[in-house]
Amino acid sequence: MKKFFSKAYFYIVLLFLYLPILTLVIFSFNSAKSRGRWGGFSTVWYQRLFHNSSMMDALVTTVIVALLAAVISTVIGTISAIALHNSSEKFRKTMLNITYIPMMNSDIVTGVSLMMLFTFLRFRLGFTTLLISHITFCIPYVILSVLPKLYGINRSVYEAALDLGATPLTAYSKIIIPDIMPGIISGFLMSLTLSIDDFVISFFNTGAGVQNISILVYSSKTGVNPENYALSSLMFAAVIILLLVMNLRSNHDQRRNVK
Amino acid sequence: MKKLAILLSIVLVALSLSACGGNSDRITLNVYNWGEYIDESVLDDFEAKYPNIKINYETYADNETMYTKLKGGGSSYDVLIPSDYMIARLIDEDLLQKLNFDNIPNYSYIDDKYKGWSYDPENEYSVPYMWGTLGILYDKTKVSEKDFTWNTLFDPKYERSVLMKNDMRDTLGLTLKSLGYSMNSTSEKELKEAKEKLIAQKPNVAGRVNDEGMDKMIAGEAPMAVMYSGDAAYCISENPDLDFAIPSDGTNYFVDAMVIPKNAEHKEEAELFINFMCETETALKNALEIGYSTPHTGAYEELPEKTKKSFQYPDDAILESAEVYSYLKDKTDLYDKIWTDFIASI
Amino acid sequence: MKKLGKAVVLFPFVLWMVLLILVPLALIAYYAFTKSDGNILQFSFENFKSFIRPDLLLVLARSLKLSLIATAICLFAGYPVAMILAGNTFKKKALLLVLFIAPMWMNFLLRTYAWLTLLEGTGVINTILDALGLGTHTFLGNENAVVFGMVYNLLPYMIFPIYSSICKISPNILEAAEDLGSNAYTRFTRIILPLSIPGVLSGITMVFVPGVTTFVISQFLGSGNVILIGDIIEQQFTRASNWGFGAAISIVVMIVVFICMWIINRFTDEPEVTML
Repeated sequence: MKKFFSKAYFYIVLLFLYLPILTLVIFSFNSAKSRGRWGGFSTVWYQRLFHNSSMMDALVTTVIVALLAAVISTVIGTISAIALHNSSEKFRKTMLNITYIPMMNSDIVTGVSLMMLFTFLRFRLGFTTLLISHITFCIPYVILSVLPKLYGINRSVYEAALDLGATPLTAYSKIIIPDIMPGIISGFLMSLTLSIDDFVISFFNTGAGVQNISILVYSSKTGVNPENYALSSLMFAAVIILLLVMNLRSNHDQRRNVK
Repeated sequence: MKKLAILLSIVLVALSLSACGGNSDRITLNVYNWGEYIDESVLDDFEAKYPNIKINYETYADNETMYTKLKGGGSSYDVLIPSDYMIARLIDEDLLQKLNFDNIPNYSYIDDKYKGWSYDPENEYSVPYMWGTLGILYDKTKVSEKDFTWNTLFDPKYERSVLMKNDMRDTLGLTLKSLGYSMNSTSEKELKEAKEKLIAQKPNVAGRVNDEGMDKMIAGEAPMAVMYSGDAAYCISENPDLDFAIPSDGTNYFVDAMVIPKNAEHKEEAELFINFMCETETALKNALEIGYSTPHTGAYEELPEKTKKSFQYPDDAILESAEVYSYLKDKTDLYDKIWTDFIASI
Repeated sequence: MKKLGKAVVLFPFVLWMVLLILVPLALIAYYAFTKSDGNILQFSFENFKSFIRPDLLLVLARSLKLSLIATAICLFAGYPVAMILAGNTFKKKALLLVLFIAPMWMNFLLRTYAWLTLLEGTGVINTILDALGLGTHTFLGNENAVVFGMVYNLLPYMIFPIYSSICKISPNILEAAEDLGSNAYTRFTRIILPLSIPGVLSGITMVFVPGVTTFVISQFLGSGNVILIGDIIEQQFTRASNWGFGAAISIVVMIVVFICMWIINRFTDEPEVTML
């Protein structure tokens, strides 16, 4: 009974999160341009989407920036978290307080201040500055995800490994890293998500020729171009397929393990 | 986990290759325009005609965001299409360069009515692209007003019925006009009066929107909205219950024109592009697609009679009484202050 | 040698911190504390002084209030989800976790637009309600709508940290407690809840801060009728080009948020994982 209620609640929350996405998918098949009116079923926006080179470029930019930013900030964040964990408490606290500044700041301030920095340094705004700005706001989230895991680990195994002649690097990669893996993965996913979802910081830190999907959506004048709905629906379908594949694979693995 | 890492790197490499796959000996022309303000096939036509130029087309949602981006430096655009008062500001701040009209022979197609405006009195910096007016889009089934004035928006009988614009110049301008002042007033007393009037209008306001107002009007969310003529034309095409009125107490009349910023990297190609945009066929395509009014004499001739008679091309009398926004220079701060005061009190 | 190693490891972090956090912050402070007088820049508190006025303080208070309500809702709605995820109701936890993240990979503005389509006066939900004879309702354009938007967009950020801190609790402790005769309620109040506090605090930060500074949610779901401090800041940077004032407001907001977080963090005696 309790399990039933748990499940029901869980699915209701999921429905809440997915309701607007279902709406998006439905309206991507709307033949009318405006979301204010249902004009009948049509795939015209999908056809247009594939001929829209700026939208395709934006998709590629979004994915590359998100993946690169997530990978780089996960690496830097994890290493920093480990180093901070080994530092004195006072040093760590000071560093952490500064680390959290980007989290405390509104996006627009982070965005504008980074733009000021880049123009001050005479950087040309473009892909690199976009990437750097994304890495900047992702790192704190990685540190925040990884650091708590480090407090929870058992150091004796690590020390035993050192006693048995492992180098610190091996000991870290074989013992500590697997232990904190859930934290690293959640930091990575968080970075990926924040990067894909960001508009304000991206807007200020990119230049001519480099646009991500958010910028494209926000700069569309007549509200929203339905090609965006089509694009999102396709992305959504891709994510769902990926999840299904993961699911099938893990089922498969489980069965093999049982044998 | 390792497999995931390998998969990830493959995806990354593949994507970066596809991103950098462009042909490097083509010149890239960066065009920065309002969103949904062009027939995009025109860009393909241009590239077909000039195969050595690749257009990188980007869009912005309003003059001010474009300005912020431009002012920040760090990126260079070759062609911009801002509105009149913004062009005056860009000229004033020395951000634009003079055009070489020898490269833009099609400039002769532009109606003289749209030349020599106060933002560019000597016609040195800009080539008009589109024009329009500010007015009231209304739902015929819900509003039966004989004579629309700006005061209609403030009439107590229209409780929760009006979508105002979340735009400083338009909102303050129309309120000043409703008080009988100039839309470009810089008198602190008049602006404060306008602010008070806007605060008192609160019960009438169903929302303060930007472009999302179009979808709301099409869906029948509100009986009235302040809107530009071109956007109104689009809304009416989607929902025939709607109609557009130009307030009889006078309105704003604007021109968006093509300019080249100082730091443009390909000035000649930019002029080539501007000239192409002024070809009759191109101008006609754009005018038909976006619903704003064309200053191009050749394209105007080709338009359907119905369009020529519609509010998109109002009588000269209306246009003569209409005001163009002027660049406020050092009074910009006063406007900003009044506007911040206003939105803080909502 | 060991010290050198540590320095090398910390180098990218410190470089990032100084160049990409402290320097930009200094630039913001520079704008906030100066006033251009003709062509001369002077040190001045004027930008801060012009913030101290009843209407703007009211806007700030409203932002804090709405964000606090949204944070509380996220906490009470999200905690059970995190517990269900961490418990043994479902087998494929990783998959479900991704299911919670995936909606956020769709563009934020598009999702918000979709809510407009659902909630408007002529929207999907009202059409259904009307067909059921329940009449139509105004959902948008008020503070509730803004809180709703915050909850929708930020709920996952509350769930993840709580989930990860509950997962960390060793099953041995819970088993031991069970063996010693404690019931489910005691186990929750005495073990799970106290041990998940760090996650709760991270969650609160990740929901509360973006909530305070948002401007997109208030613009769309609030129909521009509910002004938050984020709207005022955005106005200064993008429309008004009054960066000094915008910077000053941001600094004030940052300090207020810091104080709020400091107060929240006082409620725990787990200094190790608190944020500040």
